[in-house]
Amino acid sequence: MIHSLFLINSSGDIFLEKHWKSVVSRSVCDYFFEAQERATEAENVPPVIPTPHHYLLSVYRHKIFFVAVIQTEVPPLFVIEFLHRVVDTFQDYFGVCSEPVIKDNVVVVYEVLEEMLDNGFPLATESNILKELIKPPTILRTVVNTITGSTNVGDQLPTGQLSVVPWRRTGVKYTNNEAYFDVIEEIDAIIDKSGSTITAEIQGVIDACVKLTGMPDLTLSFMNPRLLDDVSFHPCVRFKRWESERILSFIPPDGNFRLLSYHVSAQNLVAIPVYVKHNISFRDSSSLGRFEITVGPKQTMGKTIEGVTVTSQMPKGVLNMSLTPSQGTHTFDPVTKMLSWDVGKINPQKPPNLKGTMSLQAGASKPDENPTINLQFKIQQLAISGLKVNRLDMYGEKYKPFKGIKYMTKAGKFQVRT
Amino acid sequence: MTDSKYFTTTKKGEIFELKAELNSDKKEKKKEAVKKVIASMTVGKDVSALFPDVVNCMQTDNLELKKLVYLYLMNYAKSQPDMAIMAVNTFVKDCEDPNPLIRALAVRTMGCIRVDKITEYLCEPLRKCLKDEDPYVRKTAAVCVAKLHDINAQLVEDQGFLDTLKDLISDSNPMVVANAVAALSEIAESHPSSNLLDLNPQSINKLLTALNECTEWGQIFILDCLANYTPKDDREAQSICERVTPRLSHANSAVVLSAVKVLMKFMEMLSKDLDYYGTLLKKLAPPLVTLLSAEPELQYVALRNINLIVQKRPEILKHEMKVFFVKYNDPIYVKLEKLDIMIRLASQANIAQVLAELKEYATEVDVDFVRKAVRAIGRCAIKVEQSAERCVSTLLDLIQTKVNYVVQEAIVVIKDIFRKYPNKYESVIATLCENLDSLDEPEARAAMIWIVGEYAERIDNADELLESFLEGFHDESTQVQLQLLTGIVKLFLKKPTETQELVQQVLSLATQDSDNPDLRDRGYIYWRLLSTDPVAAKEVVLAEKPLISEETDLIEPTLLDELICYIGTLASVYHKPPSAFVEGGRGVVHKSLPPRTASSESAESPETAPAGAPPGEQPDVIPAQGDLLGDLLNLDLGPPVSGPPLTTSSVQMGAVDLLGGGLDSLIGGTNFVAPPTAAVPASLGAPIGSGLSDLFDLTSGVGTLSGSYVAPKAVWLPAMKAKGLEISGTFTRQVGSISMDLQLTNKALQVMTDFAIQFNRNSFGLAPAAPLQVHAPLSPNQTVEISLPLSTVGSVMKMEPLNNLQVAVKNNIDVFYFSTLYPLHILFVEDGKMDRQMFLATWKDIPNENEAQFQIRDCPLNAEAASSKLQSSNIFTVAKRNVEGQDMLYQSLKLTNGIWVLAELRIQPGNPSCTVRAPAPTLRPWSLPFVPCQGVVLVEDAVQASLQAWLEPESVRSLKRTFLESFHIHPVRLPR
Repeated sequence: MIHSLFLINSSGDIFLEKHWKSVVSRSVCDYFFEAQERATEAENVPPVIPTPHHYLLSVYRHKIFFVAVIQTEVPPLFVIEFLHRVVDTFQDYFGVCSEPVIKDNVVVVYEVLEEMLDNGFPLATESNILKELIKPPTILRTVVNTITGSTNVGDQLPTGQLSVVPWRRTGVKYTNNEAYFDVIEEIDAIIDKSGSTITAEIQGVIDACVKLTGMPDLTLSFMNPRLLDDVSFHPCVRFKRWESERILSFIPPDGNFRLLSYHVSAQNLVAIPVYVKHNISFRDSSSLGRFEITVGPKQTMGKTIEGVTVTSQMPKGVLNMSLTPSQGTHTFDPVTKMLSWDVGKINPQKPPNLKGTMSLQAGASKPDENPTINLQFKIQQLAISGLKVNRLDMYGEKYKPFKGIKYMTKAGKFQVRT
Repeated sequence: MTDSKYFTTTKKGEIFELKAELNSDKKEKKKEAVKKVIASMTVGKDVSALFPDVVNCMQTDNLELKKLVYLYLMNYAKSQPDMAIMAVNTFVKDCEDPNPLIRALAVRTMGCIRVDKITEYLCEPLRKCLKDEDPYVRKTAAVCVAKLHDINAQLVEDQGFLDTLKDLISDSNPMVVANAVAALSEIAESHPSSNLLDLNPQSINKLLTALNECTEWGQIFILDCLANYTPKDDREAQSICERVTPRLSHANSAVVLSAVKVLMKFMEMLSKDLDYYGTLLKKLAPPLVTLLSAEPELQYVALRNINLIVQKRPEILKHEMKVFFVKYNDPIYVKLEKLDIMIRLASQANIAQVLAELKEYATEVDVDFVRKAVRAIGRCAIKVEQSAERCVSTLLDLIQTKVNYVVQEAIVVIKDIFRKYPNKYESVIATLCENLDSLDEPEARAAMIWIVGEYAERIDNADELLESFLEGFHDESTQVQLQLLTGIVKLFLKKPTETQELVQQVLSLATQDSDNPDLRDRGYIYWRLLSTDPVAAKEVVLAEKPLISEETDLIEPTLLDELICYIGTLASVYHKPPSAFVEGGRGVVHKSLPPRTASSESAESPETAPAGAPPGEQPDVIPAQGDLLGDLLNLDLGPPVSGPPLTTSSVQMGAVDLLGGGLDSLIGGTNFVAPPTAAVPASLGAPIGSGLSDLFDLTSGVGTLSGSYVAPKAVWLPAMKAKGLEISGTFTRQVGSISMDLQLTNKALQVMTDFAIQFNRNSFGLAPAAPLQVHAPLSPNQTVEISLPLSTVGSVMKMEPLNNLQVAVKNNIDVFYFSTLYPLHILFVEDGKMDRQMFLATWKDIPNENEAQFQIRDCPLNAEAASSKLQSSNIFTVAKRNVEGQDMLYQSLKLTNGIWVLAELRIQPGNPSCTVRAPAPTLRPWSLPFVPCQGVVLVEDAVQASLQAWLEPESVRSLKRTFLESFHIHPVRLPR
């Protein structure tokens, strides 16, 4: 099981260590540093590193490496999932997860870590339960604590911990009872030079924010549940009812949670809402190249595409670019060779366009690789897969809750090859 | 006001200041001080000097302070064991606290304090907590048992905690069940033999119920535990699968992968005709695809596992090729894995898409990735025959880009394509030759030389091309040198007239000016071949080469099956069985897929049946590189891996051996101008060697007078069948103990480690009494002698023939199986002398039809000698008499399993043969059916062996005599 945890910042300092079994010397991280050196970028550090006596499993998030040390055969996914959970918890507690924030809250961090694992076994990882055990720091609470001498540590056993619904605490009370659901879909796609789709898939989630009094029992039904053939549920969802009736039936956790994530695979036709026209040409031993991109709407079901940004990693041979956008702003970093163009909203009548020249290294032959264009965008009020919620019902409580459903489509890893 | 203030220190005497604060009267100040101490601890600062002061703060009502002190204790108790005792009282008191949170906290912390002295005090509170009314306390206590076991295993067993823990599996609370399973699994891992998790249909049912209700982490433990269970038939397997399938929709990827493991394993038991089998296959694909949309670290582990799954059951993901397409900003470790799986999934249906993608990747920035992509194109060509032409033209396109590393990589794979499809794509050679000058990597140069040599007859200027390489011969790497040597010899055999000079030149370069023994040896072989028999040379050098197989990097099927059982673990990430890398190899149990058993058939499954897929399914893998024959001829393009030599290689092997071993040492000192003229015939080497070793074996057999006859070591496992490991051995019995004397020889080219041995059940329950101890890794060509003590307390199963022993030997490379026959006399016990009266009574009771009679020919022993000789093999003379000039010996012996065998031995002086009449053993009931005549035959062999141990050739006998005389023991004078 998980022996120890080291937090390492991008400059290679270990700024926190926690041991759940015996103390493992921090020199074990030297193997990690070696691997870090070998990998050119932080993202490329392999997640599993063997050392003579231990294994180091790491995740890289918020520019921090979370390195777990294990000694025996442990499912690596278990460790990696847990590490991600640690990061999520920190984020949940402190709003952001960064080195200064962790250092500022080191005692709470330590207490939380202690609650999350016992002897390497996960103990409490549900944010609801953790927050009852260790209350998140707020300014008000800090002030109160200093005056009254009370603490952040709850002295009662969390009620949810052992109940049949461990994710929900009892005795929840709200004056406004609300339940909001966000259906968010991300399109991952690779579009080739000629504009045809090589692969496209949709990663969808339904995030919920439920603030309801008591023990509400909710059911959520869809207009077209057949779309959901590959789903992962929050533990609260009753799987049997889904299997038989295609209805989501659950007692929700209190607050924010991810009810469901789903995947619409490459085999179903995925509508691509934008097109990118590009004309990028390098010529052999010429110091100038031409560059032009146009972004326009394609299958948007009548909705507006907003928040469009275009980024592209240009080849090393590009020294500078002089471009004019028809709208928005653009930057080119001559050091990292990163071009980014903040487009904003797309007006279907006047597709935005970025045009100009590139100055290339004189005399060098044309670059081997073609830049890939990365696209970000958002479409409000649309789930591109066509998924629609039919209705939401509540049982078990008397009051009438306020219900809301929101749809959104975003670009995930949306790449256009040139 | 943040915690960062705890890090700020005044310059002098930080510890001193903290000490003062810790001893302050003010509660608030105390707490702040403890927080400072904890803060120092988190950054690895040593604050152990404050131990007594911190422990003093322990007795408090403030829960936060208590927790902080506990945190501190866990870290430093080990360095201050005496001080830690001070804390015990508080712990014991807290274990009685009315608040379950505090009870749990106390028992939990106590378990973390790894100090022997504390463990004694821990037992009572722990026992109470295990039976606590509050499930939260019980589940914490369950984990505590695992902690305690880690510190003091004996104590845990003595106190009966393991049984309590087993009871907790039936607890009403699913969280408690999950933690109990987790704790038991961890304990079982360190004690593989303990059989703690006794899985039966009832307990499985309990686990499956708990599975639905416990937390995600608990589900992982339970699923991993379920995976170790072998259902009794396909119906049970199916019902478990049905209950596990919902886990595939879990948000936690570790749960999903553990569920996949259970399903993949149990699926093995389901019949393929079953509807359910097809449904299950369909259900497995989506969750695997979903894993790929997770964070990159999770993707990596998932991909490594998918790689295994795709090899085992390609049908699951055959339509999902597109999800493995690489995004340009994937981390490199994800890219490389995706590429690997793309090739495995490539088929005629999707090859066009795959090739288009691969071509795209070949223009990316990352060099490693580009290289692998180019290589992948070659692998596609070899795998999907219809696509070969397309692949070749894609590769040619890439060569036109003139990007140096792309060109080199392309040439290396084109060479492989030539080996798969000879005489098909030679038209491209011209294009390849254009790029000759840009090749600077040894592998690419060697590949190019191979191509030129192989197709020398079609390349007009082949001699010029090869000559150009020859100029810098000594600066080339070995693989290029070897290739150049072979290439030029090929060229010579094809165009003898114009290349004589060239071949002379390369032979002398290789044999005279090189320090590399491989190169020299190969040079000499060619030289000799060419000078003695050019026709034979042609046959050898230009022999038709075996085609390379479709996929050379497939995991070997038995290993694959084992790895499937380890899905989701580190083993699956490394594609090695845990025994190959888990520290110390402790606690490693080989897992194998369950055999397919229909419910109608009897549910008995052989316990140690060799794991593996049915033989029919094994793909025919010809190692592309590294087989000795191929290596010798011209395929030496990469570092040779150990592989079984081809069957035709016996002659070649001899030659290699002879030249490699014998000549090399001869040549070592002197400089030969020409190769030696008279080579020793290859066949002579071996007999001399083995004769000598025989001799020594025999002498050692005689030297141990108290022991019985020892047969010379025989080869049990030839190197060819065991990837280079040769095992020969024999059995001995000495002073009441049986042992198996093994000689392990490493004939492979890589170091062997991690040896282990196991026997199948056998007629006499022979089993290793100790693990196979090979202390140092076995390096190539090294031999090690091991005596493995055997016991006869293993499980018993009748074998055919009776003395058959099936053995499995494992090393870091693989598991190998062989069977051998052990001589029965090793089972004759020392107290096998039967009482005279009893002998007489029994002898009479044996019915005549149970008797067997046989003659031992050429046995020039007198009665005395025979008797003493037999006695040394624990065949005892009960009585002796002389009837009509014949000596009658009445013999008895007893087997380890308590069976008596009686025999009458008749010896006629002067007649060099004696007759043995032996009634079949019927005295004791066998625990198993025993075929009488077979037993007698074995006894016959044993007697014969014991007697004939005297009958070696004259030379050995004389040696033996001197040996005995030196010990003042006079050998029995032979009657002749």
